[in-house]
Amino acid sequence: MSNTGTPLVEMRDISISFGGIKAVDHVSVDLYPGEVVGLLGHNGAGKSTLIKCLSGAYSMDSGEIYVNGEKATINNPRDARHYNIETIYQTLALADNLDAASNLFLGRELVTPLGFVDDARMEAETRKIMHRLNPNFKKFADPVSALSGGQRQSVAIARAVYFNAKILIMDEPTAALGPQETKMVSELVQELKRQGLGIFLISHDIHDVMELCDRVSVMKNGQLVGTERVADVTDDEILGMIILGKRPERAA
Amino acid sequence: MTDTSHTSTPPANPVKPTDGAFARFLKATELDTRMIGMIGALALIWIGFHVYGAVVNGYGAFLTPRNLWNLSVQTSSIGIMACGMVLVIVTRHIDLSVGSVLGFCAIIMGVVQVYLLPSILGLGHPLIWIIAVLCGVGLGALVGAFHGFLIAYGGIPSFIVSLGGLLVWRGAGFLVARGETISPVDSTFALLGGGPYGAIGYTGSWILGLVGCLGVIAGLLYGRRQRIQFEFPLRPVWADAFLGLLGCGAIIGAVLLVNAYPWPRGIVRQYAEANGIEMPEGGLFISHGFAIPVLILVAVALIMTVVMNRTRFGRYVFAIGGNPEAAKLAGINTKMMTIKIFSIMGFLAGLSAVVASARLNSATNALGELDELYVIAAAVIGGTSLAGGVGTIFGAVLGALVMQSLQTGMVLIGFDAAIQRIVVGGVLVLAVWLDILYRGKSK
Repeated sequence: MSNTGTPLVEMRDISISFGGIKAVDHVSVDLYPGEVVGLLGHNGAGKSTLIKCLSGAYSMDSGEIYVNGEKATINNPRDARHYNIETIYQTLALADNLDAASNLFLGRELVTPLGFVDDARMEAETRKIMHRLNPNFKKFADPVSALSGGQRQSVAIARAVYFNAKILIMDEPTAALGPQETKMVSELVQELKRQGLGIFLISHDIHDVMELCDRVSVMKNGQLVGTERVADVTDDEILGMIILGKRPERAA
Repeated sequence: MTDTSHTSTPPANPVKPTDGAFARFLKATELDTRMIGMIGALALIWIGFHVYGAVVNGYGAFLTPRNLWNLSVQTSSIGIMACGMVLVIVTRHIDLSVGSVLGFCAIIMGVVQVYLLPSILGLGHPLIWIIAVLCGVGLGALVGAFHGFLIAYGGIPSFIVSLGGLLVWRGAGFLVARGETISPVDSTFALLGGGPYGAIGYTGSWILGLVGCLGVIAGLLYGRRQRIQFEFPLRPVWADAFLGLLGCGAIIGAVLLVNAYPWPRGIVRQYAEANGIEMPEGGLFISHGFAIPVLILVAVALIMTVVMNRTRFGRYVFAIGGNPEAAKLAGINTKMMTIKIFSIMGFLAGLSAVVASARLNSATNALGELDELYVIAAAVIGGTSLAGGVGTIFGAVLGALVMQSLQTGMVLIGFDAAIQRIVVGGVLVLAVWLDILYRGKSK
């Protein structure tokens, strides 16, 4: 893949600090259509924080975000959704007391002409998309607190996919899943990639990343160690970046 | 993406062969067992007081049209506020200030309609009651919005803001009226509190009851149509028919009850003299019908139920209660929601002030004292979880009815105020404990 042309997302020189601690320190990453970029690093390396600036959960202190080459202003999750940026959070961000359909459409409910929420239509739409993503899913009437980890995950994924995301952020999407469900997520990532979405995949599982990603950006202590094409590096070299913060030496 | 595999969707609650008749019945009707339990408890309380009165005092006074009519009026004020408290508690907040806000709004309405407006518009002007009511509910909504603002943008816990409000607004009411009782209120305004003239009478009650029955049937038919359109599992016809009969039966029963309570003889005589009616042998039987404050409560409960279950606003209330962080990440403006929720609570406290001061025919400084506790208790007994995310309007109204039934019942059988408080407090704790047991089991 040749990464020429306009990147889907470009985050330039992003910084954010909490109480004097620089959680993200002048980091730049980019993402092209049809590409999966992995964000790697230890716990506390700043990957989730960086990506929350893109999804609107945090406001960055300095830096710029460009979407399709145009400067984007993202101050809250609504702004991010406006740019077709969807996020699957590590915590899944589901309201446990609501059913799958209510969670899927949370903040973007379908309404009847009179302005009332159209629960029947939302449930029908949810049945459709869940049938595609996870045909075993049957618990449409129960609150999501009654679902298994994998089922909850599929609700969170359905929410991101349903609304035609152009840019998808997945924060540890397989952390809580069994092998079967992990495979489901991998297949989904491949399919979305073919559809031309750009995906940021946050993970600390290096095997996930080597399998699914085209490029990886490694972070350590809030700083970007470097960005490499997966095809050009070995597992050990990436581990070296994560643990030692050392860029692989390469004969150019 | 067309998909035809839904045609064979199994029912949402598949009946298992091991289910007994009652379990089958519950699954078919989709009735909430918790709600049935509450109604059962209420029935037990009513019958208990009646039987106790009949056995010990020789006269069962509880299950009489007169007592039940009065009970409905007494429940109104707490019930109206309990509807708002559900929203507050579902979003993991609390409002301790509602009793004081009620008192403050009542004093301001008293000043407006007794001191201010008559001197401008003239005594008994038909606009006076409308302006007074608007002042009351508007002021309540403003006070509530102010509380909500402090909580959302100031980051002050709602417990503290409303605890402060409890003291501030009680004191403010005292200052405005210098501690005096303002009385009597405008004569039209007084009708909003109930009483023989503040009820809609025999014919009006029947008309309203029939409209209610039509509403129940229309609702069931609409539900069936929606389910057919989206190919969701249908309730069996007999279950829908049963629900329709139950709803209509309850409404018609209520109409028969309120129409069975006649005006007192003195009022009838006054009325007959004023209208030049000849008093027949044995006196006139003039029915009360539904009291206006009760109708206000019913209207508030219906509107709030629709708001909670059928609007985005209501959906967000539950979402915030279930997971505030998720609600924020879903793009919900949770701060503005907090302001709106507290503003609705304040509005309803203002409306309760209308009912309470109209019923007393005066605005006193003590009006609404301790109401905050009864309102919270009503919501909690009605199944609203203090952990947030769970609660129904209907449950809260039922909770208010339980609280009021206990108090009324103990007055009727001659228990004094000290014992009343002990029992009400005990029941509150017991109800929540039973609820915890129930929820633990149903998981």
